[in-house]
Amino acid sequence: MIPRHLIFAGAVMLVAVFSLGIYAGRMRGRVTHVEARADTRPVAPPAAGPTESVTLYVAYDDPGILRVQRVDVALPSARQQRAEEVLRALLEIYLSKNSPHPLPLGADLRAVYLVTPGIAIIDVNAVFANGHRSGILEEELTVASMIQTLTANIPDILRVKILVEGRDRETLAGHADLSDFYDAGAVSQLAGQLQ
Amino acid sequence: MAAGSADEKRIAIYGATTNYTLPVTDRNGHEYVGLVEIIEPLGGVNSHTDGLHWKIRYNSVEADFINGKTRAKIHGKEFELASPFVLEGGRGLVPIPSLSGLLPRMIGTPVSLNESSRRLFIGNVATHFTAQLNRTTPERLVINFTAPVNPTIATEPGRLRMVFHREPLVGPSSPTLSFEDKTIPSATYSENNGTAEIDVTSSAPLMASFSNEGHAITITAASQTPASSASAAPPASPTPPAAPAAGTAPPPAPPLVARHFFAVLDASHGGDDTGVALTPVLLERDVTLALTRRLRQELESRGISTLLLRDTDGGLTLDQRAIFTNTAHAVIYIALHAASDGRGVRVYTALLPAGEGNNGPFIAWDMAQDRFLPASQLAAQGVAAELQKRQIQVRTLAAPLRPLNNVSAAAIAVEVAPPTTDAKDLSLPAYQQNVVNALANGIVSVRDRLGAAR
Repeated sequence: MIPRHLIFAGAVMLVAVFSLGIYAGRMRGRVTHVEARADTRPVAPPAAGPTESVTLYVAYDDPGILRVQRVDVALPSARQQRAEEVLRALLEIYLSKNSPHPLPLGADLRAVYLVTPGIAIIDVNAVFANGHRSGILEEELTVASMIQTLTANIPDILRVKILVEGRDRETLAGHADLSDFYDAGAVSQLAGQLQ
Repeated sequence: MAAGSADEKRIAIYGATTNYTLPVTDRNGHEYVGLVEIIEPLGGVNSHTDGLHWKIRYNSVEADFINGKTRAKIHGKEFELASPFVLEGGRGLVPIPSLSGLLPRMIGTPVSLNESSRRLFIGNVATHFTAQLNRTTPERLVINFTAPVNPTIATEPGRLRMVFHREPLVGPSSPTLSFEDKTIPSATYSENNGTAEIDVTSSAPLMASFSNEGHAITITAASQTPASSASAAPPASPTPPAAPAAGTAPPPAPPLVARHFFAVLDASHGGDDTGVALTPVLLERDVTLALTRRLRQELESRGISTLLLRDTDGGLTLDQRAIFTNTAHAVIYIALHAASDGRGVRVYTALLPAGEGNNGPFIAWDMAQDRFLPASQLAAQGVAAELQKRQIQVRTLAAPLRPLNNVSAAAIAVEVAPPTTDAKDLSLPAYQQNVVNALANGIVSVRDRLGAAR
């Protein structure tokens, strides 16, 4: 016959093993959750070049306007890379903690292509569009701020097209038209209305 | 689908604050109508599907229907439908004969249903009339109504027809009124397909005029014309609805190949495109539909003919919306949107893309709005001015919003945000009504200039 104290000891050990198992399982789940939320995209290397002052047209959801903001950004000499850095400076504000116009976590600029004569193509990633808030004004503020910021800092851009993951898309998030080229002059007038 | 066909089966609903018509669906030999569509204009309503069950909530009243079953439960009590409940694509259809028993349980107000003509009266809203013939020279038949009316008036040899699409008109005890007069011997009241009609028979051409702010219509026999002229008159040529104080109704117009509408109303989104989720249970596509139905009512009550591009939950592509609008040759296109951010109303005109431009008679699809932009801006200003009068916060902006740039008419988009910080207040009937009243007044204020621009 097994002594009573051994039975108790065995039972205590079994409870301890089960408890540790449950605890370990929960800890593992928490780690997985944290990993999933973390942004694991490769970080673009900081641009090399002298720091310059650029003009950003920053959207403010409340009260639905664009505000001009000057920031210092390290800009490379190549025109295309300069365009990308200017827009990245704008997106950095939108992705910051106290963003005046929040974009979804993981929203990013893939590239800006400058095509002669006077055509710029902005290519954003799928998260940018798929996670964008829907609404005429919200979407319009995003489009107008990006195009106006681009044309204010990179001269001789007359028409701008926005692609998502390199492809045409009908609207940004159900409202703002992305199917056509934007006229830089018309957007400049719109930016005036929005200020 | 575009709503406006005269052949389509419809049911008219007359309430204390709004009147509207809805399409009727035939299933297994029975007539059905969407329950949400009936109740929605009366106030906030939610519905959801749970397997075969379809549940609807209006204020504190909940009802549970089962697809294919006649037995339903309303506010915890059993209710028997006249024919099985139909659930199609998340839309709950109830048999029309059951409305007189079902609706009072849902909305707590007695209703009166004329099943054969499909006219439903919620509460005591009926408009009555009396007719009196004055034996002057020429004879004058004066019809007095207990509320303002604005029927569509058409003349044809031997009679004048007044069709009441929106008014809760009810007839006299006898449908035929005899005047024992050679020139205007009688008038007949009838109802059909959600409308009421008064036919006045005559041996001479008749003219109608409104007076007493729409409470009276006077029908006058014109001086006798040669019989050959009368017999050559065009058959049943409807005149556009006139404003109550419009004076004498215009003479018969030439036969129209297709009806032309002044305003095309577009409830944005629809179908799988739900638009913005304004709250967890309030979708932009549903709010826009409710707003559009109210706007139709208000415009038509002001004598402006309208075509709804979407009167159900179905969806249309942006191109289809522009094509329907352009083929209707409307004077103005109005798209309704809703938003949860900000407050008040934003009125948009097209931000034209960097297109190739129009080339002589050939109009580029993306630039069709180009030559109508001044008219669109005029309409936006008219609407904004009326919204401001009602202390509703308003902004006018350009927007890259299709199909505005594809429309070959004045075109505006109206984005309605809530009156408070709470997005669910967008569904408040009083707020919606205040906004659409301002929109309708704004359109009326620029109607003549828009028509001239057209």
